[in-house]
Amino acid sequence: MTDLTSLTLAGARERLRKKDITALELADAHIAAVEGARALNAYVLETPDQAREMAKASDAKLAAGEGRPLEGIPLGIKDLFATKGVRTTACSKILGDFVPTYESTITAQLWRDGAVMLGKLNNDEFAMGSSNETSHFGPVSSPWRRKGANTPLVPGGSSGGSASAVAAHLCLGATATDTGGSIRQPAAFTGTVGIKPTYGRCSRWGVVAFASSLDQAGPIARDVRDAAILMRAMSGYDPKDSTSADVPVPDFEAALGQSVKGMKIGIPKEYRLDGIAPEIDTLWQQGAAWLKAAGAELVEVSLPHTKYALPAYYIVAPAEASSNLARYDGVRYGLRIPGGDVSDMYQRTRADGFGAEVRRRVMIGTYVLSAGYYDAYYLQAQKVRTLIKRDFERCFAQGINAILTPATPSAAFGIGEKGGADPIEMYLNDVFTVTVNMAGLPGIAVPAGLSAEGLPLGLQLIGRPFDEETLFSLGAVIEDAAGHFTPEKWW
Amino acid sequence: MTAQDTAPSAPGKLIRGATGNWEIVIGLEVHAQVTSQSKLFSGASTEFGGAPNDHVSLVDAAMPGMLPVINAECVRQAVRTGLGLKAQINLRSVFDRKNYFYPDLPQGYQISQYKSPIVGEGIVAVDLPNGERIDVGIERLHLEQDAGKSTHDQHPTMTQVDLNRSGVALMEIVSKPDLRSADQAKAYVAKLRSILRYLGTCDGDMEKGSLRADVNVSVRRPGEPFGTRCEIKNVNSIRFIGQAVDTEARRQVDILEDGGTIVQETRLFDPDRGETRSMRSKEEAHDYRYFPDPDLLPLEFDQAFVDELKAKLPELPDAKKARLMHDCGLSAYDADVLVAERETADFFEAVAHGRDAKVAANWVLNELAGRLNKEGKDIGASPVSAAQLGTILDLIGEGVISGKIAKDLFEIVWSEGGDPRALVEARGMKQVTDLGAIEKVIDGIVAANPDKVAQAQAKPALIGWFVGQVMKSSGGKANPQAVNDLLKRKLGL
Repeated sequence: MTDLTSLTLAGARERLRKKDITALELADAHIAAVEGARALNAYVLETPDQAREMAKASDAKLAAGEGRPLEGIPLGIKDLFATKGVRTTACSKILGDFVPTYESTITAQLWRDGAVMLGKLNNDEFAMGSSNETSHFGPVSSPWRRKGANTPLVPGGSSGGSASAVAAHLCLGATATDTGGSIRQPAAFTGTVGIKPTYGRCSRWGVVAFASSLDQAGPIARDVRDAAILMRAMSGYDPKDSTSADVPVPDFEAALGQSVKGMKIGIPKEYRLDGIAPEIDTLWQQGAAWLKAAGAELVEVSLPHTKYALPAYYIVAPAEASSNLARYDGVRYGLRIPGGDVSDMYQRTRADGFGAEVRRRVMIGTYVLSAGYYDAYYLQAQKVRTLIKRDFERCFAQGINAILTPATPSAAFGIGEKGGADPIEMYLNDVFTVTVNMAGLPGIAVPAGLSAEGLPLGLQLIGRPFDEETLFSLGAVIEDAAGHFTPEKWW
Repeated sequence: MTAQDTAPSAPGKLIRGATGNWEIVIGLEVHAQVTSQSKLFSGASTEFGGAPNDHVSLVDAAMPGMLPVINAECVRQAVRTGLGLKAQINLRSVFDRKNYFYPDLPQGYQISQYKSPIVGEGIVAVDLPNGERIDVGIERLHLEQDAGKSTHDQHPTMTQVDLNRSGVALMEIVSKPDLRSADQAKAYVAKLRSILRYLGTCDGDMEKGSLRADVNVSVRRPGEPFGTRCEIKNVNSIRFIGQAVDTEARRQVDILEDGGTIVQETRLFDPDRGETRSMRSKEEAHDYRYFPDPDLLPLEFDQAFVDELKAKLPELPDAKKARLMHDCGLSAYDADVLVAERETADFFEAVAHGRDAKVAANWVLNELAGRLNKEGKDIGASPVSAAQLGTILDLIGEGVISGKIAKDLFEIVWSEGGDPRALVEARGMKQVTDLGAIEKVIDGIVAANPDKVAQAQAKPALIGWFVGQVMKSSGGKANPQAVNDLLKRKLGL
């Protein structure tokens, strides 16, 4: 049965259509894999009964020749997505056993297209983290290990459960969200493909908010084709989200195999950071060479405000978060720790319900929005954001089709290795990815090779607004050249 | 934003202290609930009443992942109101979050407009009871969400929260500090309420909390700069606004005359005890950490949208008053009273249509208003319709009934209803204009009272006695003019 979990989403789709396998068989194989991989802690809630029910319904549809685009495909859902009747916590204690009475737009679209839910995936609490170590349910282990070592490694974050589950074949694809790199960084750490779509491409309705102006959902998948298939189902205008874009959803899968000949690929000089790991630099050059070999033209470009992106991000994102998380107050749902009066109840509930990283960001956000500090911090950061956006616009106006950068400054690190003393150490993981969120652009992370220690490394491609198709075309070129990376099973 | 001193000191408005005269300076922030089917950012109903938490959507309860979507009708209402206040309409405005914790504020922030409101500066002309007219500047109007309601007296230790109002659209209408007395403040709110009700953008029902005011009061010596102000929160009747102003001004004068200083703070008006009480000082004021709501794009529309709304605005009180004075010849006072409530004006216009406007005004303002007042009824609930009253006036005009009979007829229609014309017929209330019949009555009375005839011939004013006798024996139905004419002839006067 295990071979069924090693299929790609596209491969499974083919075999289901041909009736080589049934959706129930596929679901059962994945349910077994999930149960056998609890050591990874990728799932915070398994929904096998629901999966089997949905799979049976898919089999009926397939038998009737009415198969929908994702018919019978078992997926994992990041716990940030509200799922009707299924516990949704954002991996925070403060949401307790919260069970939504509503379904997020994105997951509703996945079920509309016939997908099967295996369960809810672990993530950093409220998506705040880069290693999946801030989850109330504990850290997720990457299925990857350094060559000859047993040190448990992080899968990246915040979508660590999604990345780990996809890499370990615990689902055929997963939903994820990306506020500063939370899809692309874990994808890069686990040898999977993750795309953060253009801001406004996928509805935020029903997704627990971290930083509204930066949050964007997207898929993490086994390969570029699977990511394209999932993204089509997840995209689309939603009148319930005022920031949703009313633009047509193309057939992203059709972009694979499109020629990239003549495309201009920007190589931003500001991303050549001091002290960057030599193997990251080598990987970057290798990626550029592959694209060149496919007929693309490499152009050095300048994104002069890049160095301000990370500090500005760590003002804007906490500011929005401090306000977005105010609703978790113990009054209507989730955790409540009684107190002497209402203020006391708020303080006890929020002190106990939020983890250290969330508390830190709420405090930073509250501070930067305070009277007397707003202009110096929040307003200034918004100006920086505008400049970053302009850097990209200028670049694209020169005819650049996409920009190639490393996805992360290093390979995955060990659980507990980083950020213990200095949170900035952890924040630096997002150095290549936050600019994309600040500018609202699409970005894809594609595996491009292994580190000397045998860990996956990824490259990032940044595209023009609503031009994810180009990213899929270019991503496929890198993927074809680099090949696929699968961890050896140890769990 | 610095407040400009726009209204000159008027000696008559000053209040007297122990050490001289003081001038009151008032600015108002009026919160008007927008008339709309659903809330500002959710589809939940705005209906008043209902069981607690009956009208609450997932958005209103701030469930995880819920997002606001602007209600276009509320935007239209705000623009219409701005037009009614002769104000600048901003084609681009921004919604901000005002952050604070309170159990009846589920999101932990109120969505409001801080730096860029939908409506900018405007003006309201206010007629004062003494006939004076002042212009009150409008600083801005912005849209914001109402909060829910906390109840503290239903449980020994718990507060109960009703979110029915949570998210209902409010317009905050901020005046400039142009008002100089309690009477001016009251007249301004009354006028504002009248405009809102004409526009149909707020029902103005202060008892239900649809209209409430925060009153900013300061005092100063005439000619001096503005004093330190105190804000009196949530005053919910026009009468209380007047009382709150006077009470607060007196409190401040007393402090200043005792050598003290005014502390800027938020206060509450207690109408039962006739005092204002400190709620929180400036130091305790919240830091609301306003910032643009990232869930909402800036609110943008074009001039054509505004023009279309403008073209469909109803006639507003000022225009209507001018028309009634000019076209109908009504006095300023009568016109003022008639236009204050749109329903009264509509009623009057229906009665006056095709009839003598002054007579119509007289009946509406005296007979009808008096009767309504006596029974505590609104004109909307008047048992006598405009059509019925119009028919009564027609019957007078046609000479079918006298003015006196008309009042009796009005009473019958009030209590029993029915078509006045049919009632006159059925109950024999028609005026007798048959000269033969009247003559017969007169002849009888003249013959029976030779002494009175002699007296009347000596002193013509005594004809009144004869008129009374004739009217009495005709049951009041004889045409008074005809009786007079005939009597004069018969008596040889």
